[in-house]
Amino acid sequence: MQNEQDHILNEVTSGEYKFGFYTDIEQDSIGRGLDEDVIRTISAKKNEPEFMLEFRLKAYRHWLTMKMPEWAHLDIPVIDYQDQIYYSAPVQKAKLNSLDEVDPELIETFNKLGIPLEEQKLLSGVAVDAVMDSISVKTTFKETLAELGIIFCSFSEAVREHPDLVRQYMGSVVPYTDNFFAALNSAVFSDGSFCYIPKGVRCPMELSTYFRINAANTGQFERTLIVAEDKSYVSYLEGCTAPMRDENQLHAAIVEIVALGSAEVKYATVQNWYPGNKEGKGGIYNFVTKRGICKGDNSKISWTQIETGSAITWKYPSVILRGHNTTGEFYSVAVTNNRQQADTGTKMIHIGKNSKSIIISKGISAGLSNNSYRGLVKVLRGAENARNFSQCDSLLLGDKCGAHTFPYIESANHSAVIEHEATTSKIGEDQIFYCNQRGISTEDAIGLIVNGYAKEVLNKLPMEFAVEAQKLLQISLEGSVG
Amino acid sequence: MGTITGNISLTEQFRDLYRNYSDEIAANSAPLMNAFREDAITRLEKQGFPYKGREDYRYADIESVFRQDLAKSFSDQKINFKIREIFHCDVPDINTNLFLLVNGRYYNNGEMLKELPGGIIAGSLAQAAKDYPEIVEKHYDRYAGSSSDGLVAMNTAFAQDGIFIYAPPGARGEKPVQIVNIMISETGQMAQHRNLFIAGDDAELNIVICDHSLSAHRFLTNSVNEVYAGERAQIDLTRIQNEHNGSSQITHTFNQQETSSRLASNIISLHGGFIRNNVFVKLNGEYAENHSMGLYLSDKGQYIDNFVFIDHASPNCFSNQLYKGVLDDYASGSFTGRILVERDAQKTNAYQSNNNLLLTDDAKIYSRPQLEIYADDVKCSHGSTTGQLDENALFYLRSRGIDLREARFLLMFAFAHQVIQNIRVKALRERIDDLVDKRLRGELSRCNNCAMQCG
Amino acid sequence: MLLIKDLRVSIDGEEILKGINLEVKAGELHAIMGPNGSGKSTLAAVLAGRELYEITSGKVLFKGEDLLEKSPEERAKDGLFLGFQYPIEIPGVSMVNFMKTAINSIRKNRGEEPLSASEFLKKMREKKDLVEISSSLTNRSVNEGFSGGEKKKNEIFQMAMLEPELAILDETDSGLDIDALRIVARGVNNLKSPLNATIVITHYQRLLEYIVPDFVHVLYNGRFVKSGGKELALLLEEKGYEWINAEEVN
Repeated sequence: MQNEQDHILNEVTSGEYKFGFYTDIEQDSIGRGLDEDVIRTISAKKNEPEFMLEFRLKAYRHWLTMKMPEWAHLDIPVIDYQDQIYYSAPVQKAKLNSLDEVDPELIETFNKLGIPLEEQKLLSGVAVDAVMDSISVKTTFKETLAELGIIFCSFSEAVREHPDLVRQYMGSVVPYTDNFFAALNSAVFSDGSFCYIPKGVRCPMELSTYFRINAANTGQFERTLIVAEDKSYVSYLEGCTAPMRDENQLHAAIVEIVALGSAEVKYATVQNWYPGNKEGKGGIYNFVTKRGICKGDNSKISWTQIETGSAITWKYPSVILRGHNTTGEFYSVAVTNNRQQADTGTKMIHIGKNSKSIIISKGISAGLSNNSYRGLVKVLRGAENARNFSQCDSLLLGDKCGAHTFPYIESANHSAVIEHEATTSKIGEDQIFYCNQRGISTEDAIGLIVNGYAKEVLNKLPMEFAVEAQKLLQISLEGSVG
Repeated sequence: MGTITGNISLTEQFRDLYRNYSDEIAANSAPLMNAFREDAITRLEKQGFPYKGREDYRYADIESVFRQDLAKSFSDQKINFKIREIFHCDVPDINTNLFLLVNGRYYNNGEMLKELPGGIIAGSLAQAAKDYPEIVEKHYDRYAGSSSDGLVAMNTAFAQDGIFIYAPPGARGEKPVQIVNIMISETGQMAQHRNLFIAGDDAELNIVICDHSLSAHRFLTNSVNEVYAGERAQIDLTRIQNEHNGSSQITHTFNQQETSSRLASNIISLHGGFIRNNVFVKLNGEYAENHSMGLYLSDKGQYIDNFVFIDHASPNCFSNQLYKGVLDDYASGSFTGRILVERDAQKTNAYQSNNNLLLTDDAKIYSRPQLEIYADDVKCSHGSTTGQLDENALFYLRSRGIDLREARFLLMFAFAHQVIQNIRVKALRERIDDLVDKRLRGELSRCNNCAMQCG
Repeated sequence: MLLIKDLRVSIDGEEILKGINLEVKAGELHAIMGPNGSGKSTLAAVLAGRELYEITSGKVLFKGEDLLEKSPEERAKDGLFLGFQYPIEIPGVSMVNFMKTAINSIRKNRGEEPLSASEFLKKMREKKDLVEISSSLTNRSVNEGFSGGEKKKNEIFQMAMLEPELAILDETDSGLDIDALRIVARGVNNLKSPLNATIVITHYQRLLEYIVPDFVHVLYNGRFVKSGGKELALLLEEKGYEWINAEEVN
């Protein structure tokens, strides 16, 4: 029995990374290393207005004064920041008039990833901004959205076309002083997505950004900004993959969300960066700062994340509940296998009265991996009747992995009620036996149980992606149990 | 007597203090304890003082506590108070064997070491280090020595004496051993004492520690307790902290448990300006059982910080943490509980719960219930709640004609009692219930805020 | 004793009680019946002073005084008792301490001396026998670890201890087996006197085989749609609430 389980566990955990190919395409890259000249070069390449360059330089100078954070339950090898390439872009014509002008190699690349760039081939109701390495390749359905006044474009384009909006909101939720990686990103970020939903508009389709790291030795530093005006609604999805390489690659992104009065923003991530091989060689270092602010009363921000990739994940999508009656949600499934490490969770900062937050975190550890939930619930003095409920469950598959829970609860309001629960469990032999007895193979049983375990979170994903995510979970684990 | 001032780092200050007084420190202690000092001061230099914001001292401002200008004494002081006259401990109605520590020094009223009925030996640790070196050496600094906390190293460097309690294998005391730890002085003072409690295989120990400050000065205590429970040994350790608001107290307790031992610790923090309790438990043998409980009732500007670390180093062990607190006025509190389940500690059962009531909008609580798990066949859970009294329960009581104020007291008392009910000595349990009831009604704080009128 | 006039109650903006009128005199036993969601428990909770609800109009007089102005404990001291449908568990508060505090608080309100320990214990014993509740239960914390039936018996026990003038029993029969039901009913019948009144809220007619009401009221969708004698309960049992529904529509 034990042998058979080991065998299955092996088979399941050895699931191959399916997006590990590399596209051979001409790249416009700058040399390795980082200094003020590099930053000026990046800014010049992007034809940025002066305020952007200033922002970058301020961030860079601040970054120089900072140290890598050490508090996470992660074993991070020394990263040589001078050994990275901070800008790399697939070469293409300056301005694209139609899809015909996009390099067929790029179209092929995104086709392979299941993200066709031709609008007629896309899942109906999903607009995509495809980003490869440092730049945005193509944004679909732009015109359709523009009719409603929705701006959905690459960050670079937003800087050029909507400088006032960018200026007003960029750095307003995640200032460059926020943390080491946010400062680095603010200095060198190359592209990303920008999204603006005008007052009273319900965005009729899912918006999506697909990030692809392709070039070698290159860090990816993208930045996403979503602004939802009063009474607007948008649902956003982010996906990401990278080729299989032996060396580690750095990804340090920022996502900022601003929700004004009664606005609702849902942000979902399916993170599938290359996790490295079984021995822990290669893989992406994923250091991401994601934060939203419920600025106006009655607004709502919801984060859903399915984290299956990356060698190291350091990520805490957060919500600042500034307005009254605001809601913040965090739903997470984080899977680590082999030698992956994840330290992920959220922060819910309650400032407004009657603000509510809910945290559902499901960690699944297999192989030799370590998976930590780290989350802060902070209730400020004025946050009368604030409510938080957190549930953090860990599932261990095998006896060589680790599952950890580090909640931080800080309350300064006596009418606030904060509840935190956590459990740790494994898949019981009796559960497997029960399934076996009903004719279900052990491998399928594990798939069933894991999906059942993660269901609360998977249900929060837009329909089109829930199925994808479910498959991804199965692939990442393909069957572990003790 | 030495005092420290100036802008140099605390580490340097205490290193220099040690260098200046090392002869006097050694002369008034025991060679066995002196042997650890040099190494400890090197450790202190390496580890430094815990700073606020560091993960394990995230909310505690240790630095400003130690920056206070306090006298340190390394030889016997003349105490100008008749302790027996002004001191009426709230607990001694229960029949105990009483030992006194005054400003961290063993209070000698005749005997340095006593043999108690049941074969238990108790008294001065420094004396025990001379009379029973083979026992002391086997345990002294064996559990605290690997700590990464500079404050523990500092205690090892400075501690000259404390209480030694030894239950030989199979021994059972008839009465609890009570340690009354008194701070009393004509100026502000700091003390660092060291206790060592050993229960041999199959032995039983019941220890009660009461902390009091009896004169209206600033006090600071940095004490270390090492507790060893041999195979199948049973230890009950109850601590009642009842110091005034000018007092700061930092305790470090290292509990080492062998196979099938049972150790229950209850820390009842009734009063104190700044309290930090570090409890470390190492479940070193299979089937060991640990209960670490705490109750804290804070008001005014008091700060109470409990840090509990349970290391499941062996399979088949059980641990349960329950910490509950009521914070009033502008008091603040912190709870950090960590359960570590090591790689091969299968079949671990570990539970942890922290519940807090905030009575005002100026009170603050920080709660960090943490799990760190490296074995898969375990049952671990933790929960934390922070909030108010249950509205439904309040309504139920009121619907029976009980006034809101009384209903609140009843519920608060019930909340606190869930910790107290775990104390196994009935007389002590009832006495603490009574103290807690008084404390919640504000009747205890009145006299304790002014140490001189407490009689 | 109790007079309810055009009582309207909402929760979160939704109207639950839509104009309730009822008069209960001393010595009477009223039964309020109705399907789930008709507002029965809301009515009981509002009378006892639960703060969750918004009273949009109407008034309630208890012994001639405005009931709605008073806090829950004032109402209890005036002699109003609510038997809860779901009695809450209060860990750490012993039954003895709880009952003693309650009784003495009510006695104080009446200008009576607090009961001495021995008087109190004697009274506990008497009333315990009445509802056949075992000592092991009264030695525990309030409702903690009690079974469903024990919780309900405990409610009747408390009623016996507090001797209210008006008792409102909210679904005290739900979840009881036949023996427990008999015991509860006997408790209610024994405590009945010309000086006090009882309102029994129930879903089923079953309880009314043991407790014979003087009046039966049918609560439907926030209103009393029918009132009558005990025969109404039987009619309801026979035809079901569907019948009321049909009548309403017609």
